[in-house]
Formats: sequence, C-alpha cells, structure tokens
Amino acid sequence: MIPACPLASLPRGEALRLDVDPPIAVFHTDDGDIFAIDDTCTHQDASLADGWLEGCEIECPLHASRFDLRTGQVDAPPAKRPVRTHRVVVEDGVICVVPSDAPPNLPPGVTLKGQA
Amino acid sequence: MKTVCVVGASLAGLLTARALRGQGYAGRLVVIGEETHRPYDRPPLSKDYLKGVIGEADLALEGDGEDPAIEWRLGVAATGLDAAARRITLSDGTSIAADGIVIATGAAARRLPGTEGLRGVHTLRTLDDARALRGDLETAGRLVVIGGGFIGAEVAATARELGLDVTLVESGEAPLAGVVGLTMAHALAELHEKRGVRLIRGAYVTEVTGTGRADGVRLADGTHLPADVVVVGIGATPSTGWLEGSGVELGDGVVCDEGGGTSVPGIVAVGDCAAWFDPALGRHHRIEHWTGARQRATVAAATLLSGGTARPEPARPAYFWSDQFDVKIQFIGHARDADTVTVEEGDPAHNSFLAVYRQGDRPVAVLGVNQVRLFTRWRRHLETAPAQTG
Ligand SMILES: Cc1cc2nc3c(=O)[nH]c(=O)nc-3n(C[C@H](O)[C@H](O)[C@H](O)COP(=O)(O)OP(=O)(O)OC[C@H]3O[C@@H](n4cnc5c(N)ncnc54)[C@H](O)[C@@H]3O)c2cc1C
Ligand code: FES
Repeated sequence: MIPACPLASLPRGEALRLDVDPPIAVFHTDDGDIFAIDDTCTHQDASLADGWLEGCEIECPLHASRFDLRTGQVDAPPAKRPVRTHRVVVEDGVICVVPSDAPPNLPPGVTLKGQA
Repeated sequence: MKTVCVVGASLAGLLTARALRGQGYAGRLVVIGEETHRPYDRPPLSKDYLKGVIGEADLALEGDGEDPAIEWRLGVAATGLDAAARRITLSDGTSIAADGIVIATGAAARRLPGTEGLRGVHTLRTLDDARALRGDLETAGRLVVIGGGFIGAEVAATARELGLDVTLVESGEAPLAGVVGLTMAHALAELHEKRGVRLIRGAYVTEVTGTGRADGVRLADGTHLPADVVVVGIGATPSTGWLEGSGVELGDGVVCDEGGGTSVPGIVAVGDCAAWFDPALGRHHRIEHWTGARQRATVAAATLLSGGTARPEPARPAYFWSDQFDVKIQFIGHARDADTVTVEEGDPAHNSFLAVYRQGDRPVAVLGVNQVRLFTRWRRHLETAPAQTG
C-alpha cells in the first residue's frame, strides 16, 4: 500500500501524480470520489494527471481519448487499450493506493524503469 | 434507413460508422476505402513511425475485438455519385445504392508539378507513402524538405533525429506562420535551427533536379541544394474529385451546414474533406486536424439519422498538436483573429512556454510548447467559454 497524500490536501477536481514505477495518478472527482489509475496514457507518453477531469472520466491531455476512472475503459481512439486501475483506501485521513498486480498497459516505446 | 454507405475508410469514416452504431443505427453499414488498409492513424507517419519507434500494428485505429458490424469494401474507390438516386459508382465497375451517405474521403497531398516519375521525391499522406520514405531515408545523407507546414516541419525534425543533414525551404517568413502567427512562428523556427535544421526562408523552389532520381533542389535565386531525398510538404487538397457534377455543392471541400449536412438531403460529410459552417467565424471552414474529425463524427451521425433535425452543440474551437524533436506543440483557436500575443508562462528560449492570443481582452487562441498541464486548463477555458458569434 502506497500512502499518497492527506485527503485534505487533494481538493475536488484535482489530480496528483505518484512517482512510482510506472507512475500512478490519483484523482479526486467533483462528486468526492477518489480513484487511482496508471498515470501514463496507453496511447503515448502523456501524463493523465495533466488531463481534463470530468465526472468519472479523465481526458488525455494530448489526443483526447477518455478513460473511465472506475474501470479504466477507453471511449475512442487514438488510445485503444484500457488503463490499469488501482484500489484506493482512505485511512486516518490519508489517501493510500493499493497497487494492482495486473500487468500495466504501457504505450509502445515506454518501458518500466527497471526494464529499460 | 436500411443501408448507410460511408465513403473513406480512415479516421472520419470509422468514427462516424461507430457513432451511427452508438446512436442506434442497426441497418446495413458499408464502408468503402480506396486504400487496402484497415483504418490507421496518420499523425505518427511523420513522427514515431517514420523514426522507427513504433510499427505498423501500433497504427491501427480499431480496438481489439471491436466489431461494429461493418461491411468493408477496401481497395476500391468511389468514382462517381448520383446524388438524387443516392447511388455511388465504384472503381471496380459495380455500384451501390444507399439511403444515407457519409462522405469522408479526406484530403490528398499536393504534388510539385514536374516531379512525376522522379525517384527520391516524396509526399507524405498514406502508410504506403511513409513506408517508401522510411526506406529511402535509411540510406540517405541529405534531405531537403520543401514547405514548412506541419508535415514538412515534423519530417525535418524526425530526419534530423535520425542523423540526416536537413534543409527546410519555406516560401514565407517562417514555417507555420499561417497557423500560429509570425511572432510565435519565429520562436518555433529557432527550435529547429538550434537542433541543426538549415532553414531557408522566403525562398521559392523552381525545380527538383536529377535524371531518374532526384539529386537536388533549385531555388529561384539560382541556389542549388544537393539532396538524396526530397520531401514535398506543400499542403493537401480535399479528395472530392469523385463528386464533381454530382449535385453535392463543393467549395474548398464539401460545403456543409453546422451539423455536417451537405446540399443534398441524406448525405453528410465529415473530416478533412468537409468545410462545415462555423457560426463563430461566420463562414465555412475546413478543419484538417485529428480532433476536428473526432468531434464532428458524432454530430454528422446524428444529422444523418435525424434527417437534419438534430441541433448540434456549438462547435468547439479547433485543437491540434504536433510533435517536433522533444517538443510537444499544442494549439487551440484562431491566431488570425488576435490583435496581441503574449507569453504568459515559461520562455521560448528554453523550449517551454505558453502564449495567449487575444482580441481586445478576449482570449481567442493559445499556443503551448511543452506546457501540457497548463495548456489543458486553457483549452478547457476556451472550449467552455460561451461561443461569440459574428
Ligand atoms: C503525416 C501526417 C501527420 C499528421 N499529424 C497530425 C497531428 O500531429 N495532429 C493533428 O491534429 N493532425 C495531424 N494530421 C491530420 C490528420 O491525420 C487528419 O486530420 C485526419 O487523418 C483526417 O481524417 P479523414 O478521415 O478526414 O481523412 P483521411 O485520413 O485523409 O482519410 C480519407 C480516406 O479516404 C480515402 N479515399 C479518398 N478518396 C476516396 C474515394 N474516392 N473512394 C474511397 N476512398 C477514398 C483515402 O484513401 C483515405 O484513406 C496528420 C496528417 C498526416 C498525413
Ligand atoms: S497520448 Fe493519450 S490519447 Fe494520445
């Protein structure tokens, strides 16, 4: 489990990037839900934490594919593969991410640092 | 509607076909495409694909297991249209009648007259073009790019990264000036020059020299630029030749209303081939960018299925991106509407800045260079600002 930040320091509508490998993005939606997904878009090397959060969807800041934060599913090209989702727990006012053990869907040309 | 026929099997055609299914159309759906390939993504053709970072499989636009029940007719071109009967004639001698037609034939690269049949001269629009150019660049030392539009600038950057000696010949004062305005175009030009691209401004090409194979480019002032490979990037023209005389109104592309409806009921047009009426600009405007096709596919599908009664949401300002060297360029809006442009973040000298274009106090366009996060905020602002008409 990775502690991300105190709940109070991530306002609604904001995102946070965790510099783990591969990086994880944590979102606090306008409705007050918290989600974590891999930060790297499955299309190319873009940080989804820099994207446009709307409801439960994050729009990639480069080419506008939208990912559902609950399922990781993508709506339309250019991205084709879903983004990996992670479980989030809030403990004692701290947002924590439980990293998924599924393989990530990194874009072509992007590798894990350990394997670069 | 029992049969809908989409002409053009690329981005706009695929997304409109998908949107038709998404909006409940359950009839026969035929997609006709001149190229033999399933729909693929063009932007990487001048960038990561040309560089060899990604392969052809990565270009596919369809997702794994996606099946919107499309009848593909690939490798055949539409050669004519009888608009009243809604019958399309095809290059294989057959024809197909449809209740609804989507025109999505995109655009074709403009060629330089007199270079036909000369090996080593390339345009870049299709996967086949990119394969040929990639092959030619492998053994080349010197590249001359004619035309400093997006494709020319991107090919120059990619070839430079591949280690070639690159000269970019631009007829105007700076590449991309028509899109981002002169001040910012100078900043982007510097980015190329710093990375070793030789930039020749205000120059006209009179001839590509060589017999059988190109060996250089001659300029109007007599200068001869030796080259192993020449790339011609002088724009694209809408692929609407097959519609001549059909009754569908043509201008700079297929003339459409603000929902993509053409002058003929039951026929819509979308993507690079279509000039939709833009109420904010007060005129028809052909968008030649990826997101234009993406946003408008849904609207065009709704227009077709509703018989033109669907009221489109106000159009979002055009957004596009370009990758050159290690720099991500993003742009939204229309620079030509602006009286002023100011750098509000970063510094052009450090390859990371954001510039805002204003008409009076009102922001009308934004340029981001390696400012993805901030640009996204500005994009959201411009896209959600109430549309100003007139
Ligand atoms: C090299 C390159 C790089 C690009 N980079 C960027 C970028 O970085 N950012 C950006 O925003 N945009 C970029 N673009 C633009 C973007 O790719 C286009 O806006 C987009 O492809 C338009 O899609 P379309 O479906 O309308 O047209 P097209 O993609 O041109 O597809 C039209 C299809 O119709 C077919 N066709 C034509 N005539 C007929 C006929 N008579 N019968 C049957 N089929 C026919 C063609 O063969 C083609 O497959 C780039 C384009 C190119 C070529
Ligand atoms: S990088 Fe995310 S859609 Fe292209």
